[in-house]
Amino acid sequence: MMPRFLAPRFLALLALCAGALALPATAQNGPLRLEITEGVIEPLPFAVPSFVSGSGASGQAAQDISSLIAADLSGTGLFREIPASAHISRITSFSSPVQFADWKAVNAQALVTGSVDADASGRLTVQFRVWDVFSGQEMGSGQQFVGTAAGWRRIAHKIADQVYSRITGEGAYFDSRVVFVSETGPKDNRAKRLAIMDYDGANVTYLTDSSSLVLAPRFSPTGDRILYTSYETGFPRIYVLDVASVNRRSLPAQEGTMSFAPRFAPNGQTVVYSVEAGGNTDIYTMDISSGTSQRLTSAPSIETAPSYSPDGRQIVFESDRTGRNQLYVMSAGGGEARRISNGEGNYGTPVWSPRGDLIAFTKQSKSRFHIGVMRTDGSEERLLTASFLDEGPTWAPNGRVIMFTRETQGASGQAGLYSVDITGRNLRAVTTGAASDPSWSPLQ
Amino acid sequence: MNTGQIISGAGHIGLIAWLLFGGWSAPDPLDFEVNSVTTVSLEEYAAILSGTPVPEQPAEVSPAAPQSPEEPQEAPDLTSPSDAAPDAPPPDPASEAAPDTVPQPPAPPARAEVSDEPPSFEPPAEDMAALVPDSALRPKQRPAERVAPEQVAPPEPDTKVDEVVREEAVPDEAAETPREEAEATAPEAAATEIVTEAEQPAPSRSVRPKSRPNRPAPTPEPERQTAEAAPKPEPEAAPDGPAETGGIEDALAAALGAASDTPAPAAPSAASDTPAGPPLTAGEKDSMRIAVQSCWNVGSLSSDALATTVTVAFEMTEDARPIDGTIRMISSSGGTAGSANQAYDAARRAIIRCGARGFALPIEKYASWRNVELVFNPENMRIK
Repeated sequence: MMPRFLAPRFLALLALCAGALALPATAQNGPLRLEITEGVIEPLPFAVPSFVSGSGASGQAAQDISSLIAADLSGTGLFREIPASAHISRITSFSSPVQFADWKAVNAQALVTGSVDADASGRLTVQFRVWDVFSGQEMGSGQQFVGTAAGWRRIAHKIADQVYSRITGEGAYFDSRVVFVSETGPKDNRAKRLAIMDYDGANVTYLTDSSSLVLAPRFSPTGDRILYTSYETGFPRIYVLDVASVNRRSLPAQEGTMSFAPRFAPNGQTVVYSVEAGGNTDIYTMDISSGTSQRLTSAPSIETAPSYSPDGRQIVFESDRTGRNQLYVMSAGGGEARRISNGEGNYGTPVWSPRGDLIAFTKQSKSRFHIGVMRTDGSEERLLTASFLDEGPTWAPNGRVIMFTRETQGASGQAGLYSVDITGRNLRAVTTGAASDPSWSPLQ
Repeated sequence: MNTGQIISGAGHIGLIAWLLFGGWSAPDPLDFEVNSVTTVSLEEYAAILSGTPVPEQPAEVSPAAPQSPEEPQEAPDLTSPSDAAPDAPPPDPASEAAPDTVPQPPAPPARAEVSDEPPSFEPPAEDMAALVPDSALRPKQRPAERVAPEQVAPPEPDTKVDEVVREEAVPDEAAETPREEAEATAPEAAATEIVTEAEQPAPSRSVRPKSRPNRPAPTPEPERQTAEAAPKPEPEAAPDGPAETGGIEDALAAALGAASDTPAPAAPSAASDTPAGPPLTAGEKDSMRIAVQSCWNVGSLSSDALATTVTVAFEMTEDARPIDGTIRMISSSGGTAGSANQAYDAARRAIIRCGARGFALPIEKYASWRNVELVFNPENMRIK
């Protein structure tokens, strides 16, 4: 028999033991917690049923706009269109509720619906909505664009930009243009002239004639002007061209020198470029308004292809001061430069990403040319392409896609424009004609 | 206060004082002495012992450094024809042959403290360590003295019987009769045959322990009490009525009630009767994790969203399908609010897509997986 004075203590001990036993039972009744660390990387299935055509002659425009939106999204490699032949539902009214079950059945995860109306003057009014099919919720809110019938492509690009941003959470690049050097004629006697086009190769417009050699066009940060190099006077000189009026003027240069490789600073008023004088090439800056220049490098080697960082504080350029072309970064005011490329081969044409996190470059190694990216300190170098000749990268406005020149081998080979995602996926040819030296504009 | 307590108190005070103030006189830490040790091979050691010069060890040739592989890259979908030698003029051999100097040469390595001269050794001493023979000679035991040097004291006399007469112990009738100790035996068979557990039908579900009754409301309302809260049972009067045991019983009841007092308030009523059962096994958890992973598509996420970890909570029906209306983001880290929303959208799509047909989870453990929290960590999915 338990002594009477021990009974309270025994009960207290029993209570403590019972409390300890209660802990695991409580843990079992808590939520099941799992960590998901691996996923899949595959294009997101989406559907863009033909936009509902309203009044006027908007039927064809509705079809064209919805098709171009789908083409823009599919062209990124991040999305996969569910073809219209697989659609179960038909969108007959822009304001009608969406039958999400029908779109779930075809595995569409995003849905774009819209309508197109045309007034008597031919102006288009385009409305659209973006839906998350599996949650049945609208992503963002409905939006409307108004434009001319001739500008239907730009309306479609703007809608695609919105859809892309709402799904991915980052900026897009569909409503942008590319200036490049259009090439015609045989390889040993090419005629080159400046041209501008939509990012997807449509609406090509020529800015100069082919009477003189032109090189390396570069957009201004606002997209209204273009810097380029021309041999119009026999020596390479830098020109500024106004895109709207196609008027141009040359930047002041010293006699007997060659100026080339220009690029705008982020402020749009300063130009950084290379000057060759007496067999030595160095980097200079010039204020466009006043024409005053400043020398940034003075090494007895070739320093060229400068490119500003997005904040305008640093400049990346290529130099052969160590015997081979390598990439260096210096302050925007000049001074000591630090080498950032350390791999084998030659590096050139560096371009700072609009995001500021990466630098794209051309690399020549073992008789192959590559387009690659690296961190601004030279780490994490990744080569995205490999070919007989790849060079001259330019960044899309969102910093996710790179366009460059690829030239095929042989006497009949020609240069063309290609684009690739910074992951190395989704390599695509942009133009079918001969072209080189692309420069991507900012979003319009 | 007796003497023992005084001594004990003084001792404890002294110990506390030493602990508090004794550190002032703590000795300084010992100097860390380092002895350099040179290793020699057996041949060198034998040579030293024999006095012959130490043979020079051949320099160990380091194996050729493996050729560094080419820069790894993902094979792009190149559409251009196969390449041959370029038409471009060959590169300047002089420039190719020129050494690629580094802008900032690395600092020279620190001078080694090891000299090339072989170490000189003193002739081995006599007591130098040597190989121990297999069988060591057993040391001889010192002879013990057979006769004690001093005379042993005589033993004490035997204990005498106490002369005081003590009363004989009488059993207390008021006390309980001690129970006879019985050997553990199997109970008598109550049936004509023995039915084992394996032959008994297993219960489909165990009875869930009843939760602790709710406390009465401060202002009791008769009609609401009958509808919402169960009446608090009257506490049974203890037979002996010891006042000091009331607190213990309360503690005991609280501890026992804690085990069955945790169901979520938002739980469906049907779930309250479902037993918690054993916890999910690692395999069952992995099956759900793999199922969600197969639907978690991060290909369309931005770089910022790929740097954002979100925790998504939801409830599931008994057929292991997520209840869409309960999916919610309860926390995020590593990104902006916008990127967290993008990451949450991708996570929600994964849950809904893969949960549409129901996850492979055992129904008997429904209480373990009715509420789920998934942490979507895209660290491994970022662009490297």
